[in-house]
Amino acid sequence: MTQPLVAPAADTGADVAPPVRRRGRWIPYLLLLPGLLWLAIFFVLPMLTVASTSLQEGSLAQGYELTWRLANYTEAAQRYAAQFSRAFLFAAASTVLALVVSYPLAYFIAFKAGRWRNLLLLLVIAPFFTSFLIRTLAWKIILSDSGWVVGTFQTLGLLPEQGRLLATSVAVIAGLTYNFLPFMTLPLYASLEKIDRSLIEAATDLYASPFTAFWKVTWPLSLPGVVAGTLLTFIPAAGDFVNVRFLGTPSQSMIGNVIESRFLVVLDYPTAAALSFTLMLAILLLVGLYVRRAGTETIV
Amino acid sequence: MTTPQPTEDAELRLIGLTKRFGPVTAVDDLHLRVPSGAFIALLGPSGCGKTTTLRMVAGLEAPTAGQILLGDSDLTGLKPYRRPVNTVFQSYALFPHLDIYENVAFGLRRSGIKDVRAQVGQMLELVQLTGFERRRPSQVSGGQAQRVALARALINHPKMLLLDEPLGALDLKLRREMQLTLKRIQEEVRITFLHVTHDQEEAMTMADTIAVMSQGRIEQLGHPEQLYERPRTQFVANFLGQSNMLRATVDGRDGDLVTLRIADTTLVVPAEMLSHGMLTASGEVHVGVRPEKLDLAPVDDPVPQGRNALRGVVVDTSFMGTSTQYLVRTGWDQELTVFAQNRHTDVVAPGTRVRLTWRPEHAFVLDADTPTSAAAPQPAVAP
Amino acid sequence: MSRRLWRGVTRNLVGFYAALALLYLFLPVFVVIVFSFNDNVGRFNFTWQGFTLDSWLNPCGVAGLCQAMIRSIQIAIVSTIVATALGTMVAFALVRHRFRGRAMTNLLIFLPMASPEVVLGSAMLALFLNVGVRTGFLTILLGHIMFNISYVVVTVKARLLGMDSRLEEAAMDLYADEWQTFRRVTLPLVTPGVVAAALLAFALSFDDFIITLFNSGNTTTFPLFVYGAAQRGIPPQINVMGTALFAVAFVVLLVGQVTRRFRRS
Ligand SMILES: Nc1ncnc2c1ncn2[C@@H]1O[C@H](COP(=O)(O)OP(=O)(O)O)[C@@H](O)[C@H]1O
Ligand SMILES: [Mg+2]
Repeated sequence: MTQPLVAPAADTGADVAPPVRRRGRWIPYLLLLPGLLWLAIFFVLPMLTVASTSLQEGSLAQGYELTWRLANYTEAAQRYAAQFSRAFLFAAASTVLALVVSYPLAYFIAFKAGRWRNLLLLLVIAPFFTSFLIRTLAWKIILSDSGWVVGTFQTLGLLPEQGRLLATSVAVIAGLTYNFLPFMTLPLYASLEKIDRSLIEAATDLYASPFTAFWKVTWPLSLPGVVAGTLLTFIPAAGDFVNVRFLGTPSQSMIGNVIESRFLVVLDYPTAAALSFTLMLAILLLVGLYVRRAGTETIV
Repeated sequence: MTTPQPTEDAELRLIGLTKRFGPVTAVDDLHLRVPSGAFIALLGPSGCGKTTTLRMVAGLEAPTAGQILLGDSDLTGLKPYRRPVNTVFQSYALFPHLDIYENVAFGLRRSGIKDVRAQVGQMLELVQLTGFERRRPSQVSGGQAQRVALARALINHPKMLLLDEPLGALDLKLRREMQLTLKRIQEEVRITFLHVTHDQEEAMTMADTIAVMSQGRIEQLGHPEQLYERPRTQFVANFLGQSNMLRATVDGRDGDLVTLRIADTTLVVPAEMLSHGMLTASGEVHVGVRPEKLDLAPVDDPVPQGRNALRGVVVDTSFMGTSTQYLVRTGWDQELTVFAQNRHTDVVAPGTRVRLTWRPEHAFVLDADTPTSAAAPQPAVAP
Repeated sequence: MSRRLWRGVTRNLVGFYAALALLYLFLPVFVVIVFSFNDNVGRFNFTWQGFTLDSWLNPCGVAGLCQAMIRSIQIAIVSTIVATALGTMVAFALVRHRFRGRAMTNLLIFLPMASPEVVLGSAMLALFLNVGVRTGFLTILLGHIMFNISYVVVTVKARLLGMDSRLEEAAMDLYADEWQTFRRVTLPLVTPGVVAAALLAFALSFDDFIITLFNSGNTTTFPLFVYGAAQRGIPPQINVMGTALFAVAFVVLLVGQVTRRFRRS
């Protein structure tokens, strides 16, 4: 008696539910304690200190005192509005550029590189071990007035005769783009690599045009990587002050430069703290909005 | 290992076993007795609580209520590693960082046995994987991985082997092959096998006892033929194969036979098939007849002695190779399925008036009050 | 036919583009390497003046450079060990246990990564100023461990999530008690993730400049040395160090990859 089977859908049940541990309910807290305590003392407490410092008043000679002076914020915002907007502008520009440079590269490694995949990944990461400051200084050499890049640009007419790259916004953005590139490439690669090839093949089959297949399948499926990559690039770029210091001039200075000099050179702690706290909040707000937006778009 | 062990008592008893996950009752006051050395299949649709039952026996899930006894010992509160049972997991769960040899040796090593070579070698031979010792789980095929999982569990001489849909991930041909392999190995090692599956064919081919499970309970326990020929509930009747269910009224008793009536048709069934309650209540019963037990004949042919007969019209005919499936509409507008072997008779065309006959002892009778649970999937194709 | 043509074109186009991108990535590396052989006379090593091996033969010839290098390595080692231990524990709690306050924990792990380093560095400095702690080697270490914890948690957590919890059940089913299950199954399987996390932590700590700058006091790490040199004068030895770092990292990554491939086959 052989009855052909009905082959119901795969029986997944809840076979992989996480184990409930009845005994030792305190174990997770024990595991969490040292790490979270560390973050509480060296992250949360500092942030609270910054918040309190930002509301202080006084001078370096007489000392600072908490007077809940909210004007520190309005004054700082007015005074450094330009540096704020420049920071966000430069960071946005370098993020977009990093995406443009990284996406095809990550795409190539994920889909076309075959067995060279791991070697290529290694080549992408390796340059970033030469040290952040050293490679920024290297860009200073590359973009210098007597360097071949400026020379080539001048010959091609992309740059006027006396034009220069170093000490301009272009140089700063170029530096920012380069320095945070792996933070873009790696998440992009990770999400592209996960995409099921047969989806793309199926799409090519249905839509005919490979470009449409890319646009309707590959790109949407890689959005998590795009979101992660843009965040990981934008955040450090917006707070950076090294690229301006090495590749720009004070007239390109970003909010990071102001915070750095207020804190370490001028010792104007309340203003520096107000700026720091504002930058943090602004970034968190932007990140929140961006993630929410990107989140819904990814689902649709 | 490969010689049958002295029949050591390893009878499994599940007593009032219950498992709730919040509002969901996955296993509901389940009672089951598995004799030592049996090959029992726990058969039921997806989500009926088979895996949960198995996991409770293995110790991977704590029962909400009830007891698990194996031989003389109570396993209920024991940690998994203190139970003399081993599991073949649904997706094998082979350790990816160990090679086949070390996977198979894992349990022995944990029990503190130093010299495992001879046993591992023997075990790999039993599952026909000699020569695969140094491969990683990622380097063997699905069927081979399945056999590694089996060897890894069997090498520990468990009193009982739990198998959770062990063949679910294999393709049809390999699955058939493995069914026979598993059966052969069980006969060789004589360990109790508790085999979970949702595939009724698999259960019937392999097991000597089937426990049909539905909604966290055992519906019926018995030998495959017994379950097939004498299902006790509608659920079992429909989950194992296909049945035509006729609603009839008890008319009277005539010696060893009971007369039943449907519309203007009279049928008889052996009296032993009806429980005492059904007889006295003189109420309604369900008579079930398997499609292959029905004989289809021209309407004017004489009814052979001692057979039940009813008239109908063929409404649909599907040729299926070895047999033909007919749908026959009765006078009271019920459609019955008939499987006829394709021997020399021509296929009967739709619209033909026919007579269906069957032997009274080929039917089974169910209490009409039992819910007509249609939860069981109907086979899509028939032989 | 046309589809194949298109595919060929795109493959080559994307490949060409990828080659250009790699060239771009390596451009500064070439410059760093080349200028480590520069026979520099002025203060700044910005123009090519001739080939010499002097800087390579005398890498510690600049006052303070090698001390700074050693200090950076010390800080990176200690902060890696501590952060890897603490972060791995947190990751285990997050993936393998149920507890109250999971959302808070996740937020606390996420925020340091979402904050620019200037904010983190200046905030820590504000705390140290307020409490009256003298900044130096120790405060740098505290800061590095702080930001590394989050990266370790994220890396190890990803590995743990990708691990089938049924493997641990299988081990228990095969007579391994809790400790043996951890030792024989969990640990070997999560080790690659922990190693990756440790490497990342080491790299981040070693190369950290901004948080370090705020909390260094008089202590000079390698990035701080480079920063100072960028203002005073850049000796070619800095390029020697940069080249060496690149070479070491490249070899470490390559060896890691080769062994992984070797083990797989
Ligand atoms: N860990 C769990 N948490 C919540 N519900 C569960 C869990 N495990 C199983 N269930 C539920 O219990 C029921 C039985 O599941 P299971 O035993 O896996 O069924 P089967 O193996 O027969 O398909 C299902 O409804 C399933 O959703
Ligand atoms: Mg199941």
